[in-house]
Amino acid sequence: MQKSLHIDANKCTGCLQCEMACSYENHGVFNISKSRIKVFNFEHAGRKVPYTCTQCSEAWCMTACPVDAIRIDAGTGAKTVHEDICVGCKVCTIACPFGTVNYVAETGKVQKCDLCGGEPACADACPTGAITYVDADWTGLDKMRQWAGKTDTQPRATA
Amino acid sequence: MAWNRKILRVDLTKGTCKAEPLNMEWAQEYLGQRGLATKYFVEEVDPKVDPLSPENKLIMTTGPLTGTVASTGGRYSVVTKGALTGAIACSNSGGYFGSELKFSGWDMIIFEGKSPKPVYLSIEDDKAELKDAAHLWGKTVFQTEEIIKSSHQDTQIRVSSIGRSGENGVLFACVVNDLHRAAGRSGVGTVMGSKNLKAVAVRGKNGSGGALKDAKGFMAATKAAKKVLADNAVTGQGLPKYGTQVLMNVINEMGALPTRNHRDVQFEDARKISGEAMHEKRPTDGKTHLVTNAACFGCTIACGRISKIDESHFSVVNKPQYWGASGGLEYEAAWALGAANGVGDLEALQYVNVLCNEDGFDPITFGATVAAAMELYDLGILTKEQIGMEAPFGSAQALVELAQMTAQGIGFGKELGMGSARLCAKYGRPELSMGVKKQEFPAYDSRGIQGMGLGYATSNRGACHLRAYTVASEVLGIPVKTDPLVTEGKADLVKAFQDATSVFDSAGVCAFTTFAWSLADLQPQLDTACEGGWSMEKLALLGERIWNMERLFNNAAGFTAKDDDLPSRLKTEPAKTGPAKGLVNGIDKMRPEYYKARGWTPEGVPTKETLDRLGL
Repeated sequence: MQKSLHIDANKCTGCLQCEMACSYENHGVFNISKSRIKVFNFEHAGRKVPYTCTQCSEAWCMTACPVDAIRIDAGTGAKTVHEDICVGCKVCTIACPFGTVNYVAETGKVQKCDLCGGEPACADACPTGAITYVDADWTGLDKMRQWAGKTDTQPRATA
Repeated sequence: MAWNRKILRVDLTKGTCKAEPLNMEWAQEYLGQRGLATKYFVEEVDPKVDPLSPENKLIMTTGPLTGTVASTGGRYSVVTKGALTGAIACSNSGGYFGSELKFSGWDMIIFEGKSPKPVYLSIEDDKAELKDAAHLWGKTVFQTEEIIKSSHQDTQIRVSSIGRSGENGVLFACVVNDLHRAAGRSGVGTVMGSKNLKAVAVRGKNGSGGALKDAKGFMAATKAAKKVLADNAVTGQGLPKYGTQVLMNVINEMGALPTRNHRDVQFEDARKISGEAMHEKRPTDGKTHLVTNAACFGCTIACGRISKIDESHFSVVNKPQYWGASGGLEYEAAWALGAANGVGDLEALQYVNVLCNEDGFDPITFGATVAAAMELYDLGILTKEQIGMEAPFGSAQALVELAQMTAQGIGFGKELGMGSARLCAKYGRPELSMGVKKQEFPAYDSRGIQGMGLGYATSNRGACHLRAYTVASEVLGIPVKTDPLVTEGKADLVKAFQDATSVFDSAGVCAFTTFAWSLADLQPQLDTACEGGWSMEKLALLGERIWNMERLFNNAAGFTAKDDDLPSRLKTEPAKTGPAKGLVNGIDKMRPEYYKARGWTPEGVPTKETLDRLGL
């Protein structure tokens, strides 16, 4: 089964445990400025929204890469950056419509979410279930269940 | 990383910023944050110093767990000699500023001297410099943060600043970070203002984590501790849902909700300003007051409240800048602005709370000072002409106008800016100030929760709930249930809470973890993060050492056993209603027991044996 990161912003409290986990998993340091997932705080609306790569099927970052450094991981379906091939041209950062591929000046390469090889650290660290790793074909299942619970609420006829 | 092992010394008089190695010997004896910064402070500052003179210093400090994945590991503290109290002050705040300071590579910043003109400190990793703040002076906290982010072209900068109240000398000004988190009490923002220091702006891309003592062990220890928080009814359910406001109805039922300047112990409108009320739909617009809960950095509890004020409420009509979501209400502020004044208008309380954040003044002391002013008005000592309005108990209109005047430093707001002790003394009724060491009580009446009276009286920073939160034991049964109506056993209870809290405040985590965590839950996190072998014994001794160090500073500053006392009202006017009806606080019985438990003389001075035992 292919799985996807699923984000429910309503459950996000803004604790940034996901950003800490991401930087620790991928860089071995606690450093949110190196995180591939970011939580945005819309102060005046009182909303906090985690955002990261959605692993597009038709991944423009991958298509745009002139050296074929972004490839599909056979196990997870993630589009992963091969640092040994990446030349840091940043074309992928322009091609991505969502801004989720970013340049890292320190390495001279780009980085993006690679689903941590199938065990995303952000989802594991999230204390509220705002970030989960679920069946890619059924990311809407929880939402369907919620709405299903709201239907057919008329009193039942009793015998 | 536990410690960055580097501190920043900022000489505001000369305008210089210098790096220094952290004193690692002291780090082994005082851990970090409250303990370690206070050690620096007492070593460097004369206890007799005038808090608002250039000779006073101000330290912004992190703990070893700040900026790590430990739950609630985002705390920082401001340590100085308090403008309101003249005692040692240490005010703790969450948000994201503390972790960012840690990420930038510093453990603490020591500010000394006084800048000849308004400045702010800009830190970008190793680079630290003072910048001109002429354009920020006179601006609110909200404006200051926006201007700094915009001029640095960096939305991810974290800012701690003072508002207009800190510039105007309001004696209970806060240092506010991330818009609505504050190092709130004792007037630490006033000290910052006296130094012409408007703000500190930090961006840390260095990160931390390179030198945890045992990284793998630390990840396991922090994960286990997070589970303890999640599984606990208070930290896992009550606080996320209702915030600290979960207490309003509970404390009122206990007859321990100070009302109308402590004349009463129960408030008839408590329900209207409670956490439950924040979840109810308003008749005016069909929306709930509460928008969402929120976490500070690293926090897996998320007790924070984010609310929206009813746009049709009189306080914000035609003021769209107050219609957005903002921080509040937390229990202490809801009580101080509400029950303490007899005001049962939730929307008015939140508006005033936002003003407190916007211009950086402590809602506890402000609310309690309004309560004292309302009593003086009720007694005919203060007149309508003097205040500039009618100010009876229960008037939301008066509360709102007085908050605006205090924020702007105009009219009677200037008198309120002194705090209740100086206000009541000025008008000949010093006994009507409800506080200890010139700092006002928080939201628990010590006639109904006896241990809190001893905690208030002996708190090193003046009346405070965060030095010994015996409410946990006396009300919630954490770690064991004790009878709130008796004095027996409270001396030992208060000492135990004071010592343990000193450790938590020095680690870089939030005091609220202690609803679920004991020292035994904190210990493995510290021991895997920090060099030096942090055993339970070492931590227990650490807490007691910090408490006595603070006490020695206060004694040298001129405080005596006489200052470890409660206002006469709590000792002579019995609670009128509720479970504590007929009771006064038994402070005079508890105090000698407490001194004995502490190993202090009957005059409240640590004995030589005690100091030797603690290595002081």
